[in-house]
Amino acid sequence: MSKVLILAEHDQAGLNPSTAKCVSCAAELGADAIDVVVFAADASGAAGAAAGLEHVSRVITVERAENSSPLAAIIAPQLATLGADYDYVLGPSTTFGKDVLPRAAALAGVGQISDIMAVENPQRFQRPIYAGNAIITVTAPDNAKIFATVRVASYRAAGESGSAAPIESASVDAELPTHTRYVELQSGSGDRPDLQTARRVVSGGRGVGSEDNFKVIFNLADRLGAGVGASRAAVDAGYVPNDMQVGQTGKIIAPDLYMAFGISGAIQHLTGIKDAGTIVAVNKDADAPIFEVADIGLVGDLFEIIPALERALGD
Amino acid sequence: MKILVCLKRVVDYNVRIRVKPDGSGVVTDGVKMSINPFDEIALEEALRIRERGDAEEVIALSIGPEDCQQQLRTGLAMGADRAILVTAEAAVEPLAAARVMLKLIEREGTDLVILGKQAIDDDCNQTGQMLAALWNRPQATFASKLELADGRATVTREVDAGLEVIDVELPAVITTDLRLNEPRYVKLPDIMKAKKKPLETLAIADLQVDVTPGVQVETYEPPPTRAKGIMVDSVEALVSAMRDKGLLG
Repeated sequence: MSKVLILAEHDQAGLNPSTAKCVSCAAELGADAIDVVVFAADASGAAGAAAGLEHVSRVITVERAENSSPLAAIIAPQLATLGADYDYVLGPSTTFGKDVLPRAAALAGVGQISDIMAVENPQRFQRPIYAGNAIITVTAPDNAKIFATVRVASYRAAGESGSAAPIESASVDAELPTHTRYVELQSGSGDRPDLQTARRVVSGGRGVGSEDNFKVIFNLADRLGAGVGASRAAVDAGYVPNDMQVGQTGKIIAPDLYMAFGISGAIQHLTGIKDAGTIVAVNKDADAPIFEVADIGLVGDLFEIIPALERALGD
Repeated sequence: MKILVCLKRVVDYNVRIRVKPDGSGVVTDGVKMSINPFDEIALEEALRIRERGDAEEVIALSIGPEDCQQQLRTGLAMGADRAILVTAEAAVEPLAAARVMLKLIEREGTDLVILGKQAIDDDCNQTGQMLAALWNRPQATFASKLELADGRATVTREVDAGLEVIDVELPAVITTDLRLNEPRYVKLPDIMKAKKKPLETLAIADLQVDVTPGVQVETYEPPPTRAKGIMVDSVEALVSAMRDKGLLG
């Protein structure tokens, strides 16, 4: 009888798709129960979405005013307390999960496994190290309580089950600190699909040339219903904000389609897109390393190719 | 105010990582070792705080083999006032490292701890959060901007949704992201001066912390490689290849 608790990520309104990816990982653990916990001021939206996911046995909501912001110092003590009854406590390897899970694990007195990319058996996991340049297999002792983050790029989101799991409200007896205050979120990308979970991503690099020129990337992305990414070079050149960065030092993503325009393909960028379904690359330089990993490559000027591509898509 | 900065010795970020043929680890013999780049940013931030007059002392801590002295000497050359090496022959997991750090925080009476958000070898991204938990103090991870005033720190954090600002009471643990600053270069006279700065060595066993590993590493493997793709010579061919893969439906 093993039980899994998954920390839901949400924006107080809806569930972040990373949660459904954690559910897919949890489903490989052979557990008897997979519960999802939503810490929020008002959990109804996220809890409803989590309850509809396949494999989910139960959704637990912990609603209190302090849970209105995603602060690790507030959420971790509650997660550690609630997690005491579980064999596994999982969260996504997003900035939210990476912030909360290790704090909760340490409060529970145990270590944490970061970025599970595959479950070999309920005690044996694969995870990347050295920015994905090596993969290790680690084993936890039998009956050990396991706290882990799930590498979201390695899992598909769990589907809808067709019937809703029960939603139960709980109160958690944990002392919450007052030393940490949430101020604000300065958001970058607006209405476009979230880069980390978008099925299609269009990215631009230094070859785009300027902040103004990046409009062509945004336009194509909107045409395809895609999220927009950028290489570190484009971010460092100030064309776009850093939350759009794809790569080892930015976001590691796995869309079905990744289109790279004017991106040379530094190792650190390729690390972020290795799990993409299909990589399409357009670059002026036929020797650019991006073509070594691209499934479809086209040598040429992106400012001629993107308008032609839009025309070809138009019919 | 005293600031503790943690410096991990790692394979230099420019080295191409190779897995040993027998799967027992990655090749480190004869490979350049450096301070973990995120930790170097942590040290730079601490030095700037001291140079502004907001701190009196910056202490650099490393946990690992004797050779970590090299990275601590570099840290001293950058400007740390003194260094502590906690020697450990076996690998030290994040939770154990956090326990060691807490011992030294308690001994030193530290008000601020700054360290990298992750080490570029094991990519765990845990130690700062675990330290903050054990210390029962605030954490501000993935910092890209740090302002100190009136015993509090206002920290801008690089999160997936954008930039999040939080405000924490000191003492606190800050973990650094790449954009926080650009570390200074070390000058030759500073390297000479650093040789005279104090470097204390302690054995991890003498600190009486639990360093039992939580997991065992079984094997190391190189990552799978992607199959070779195709080159097309026109937009029409590109669109057609994408349609064939069902990518435009």
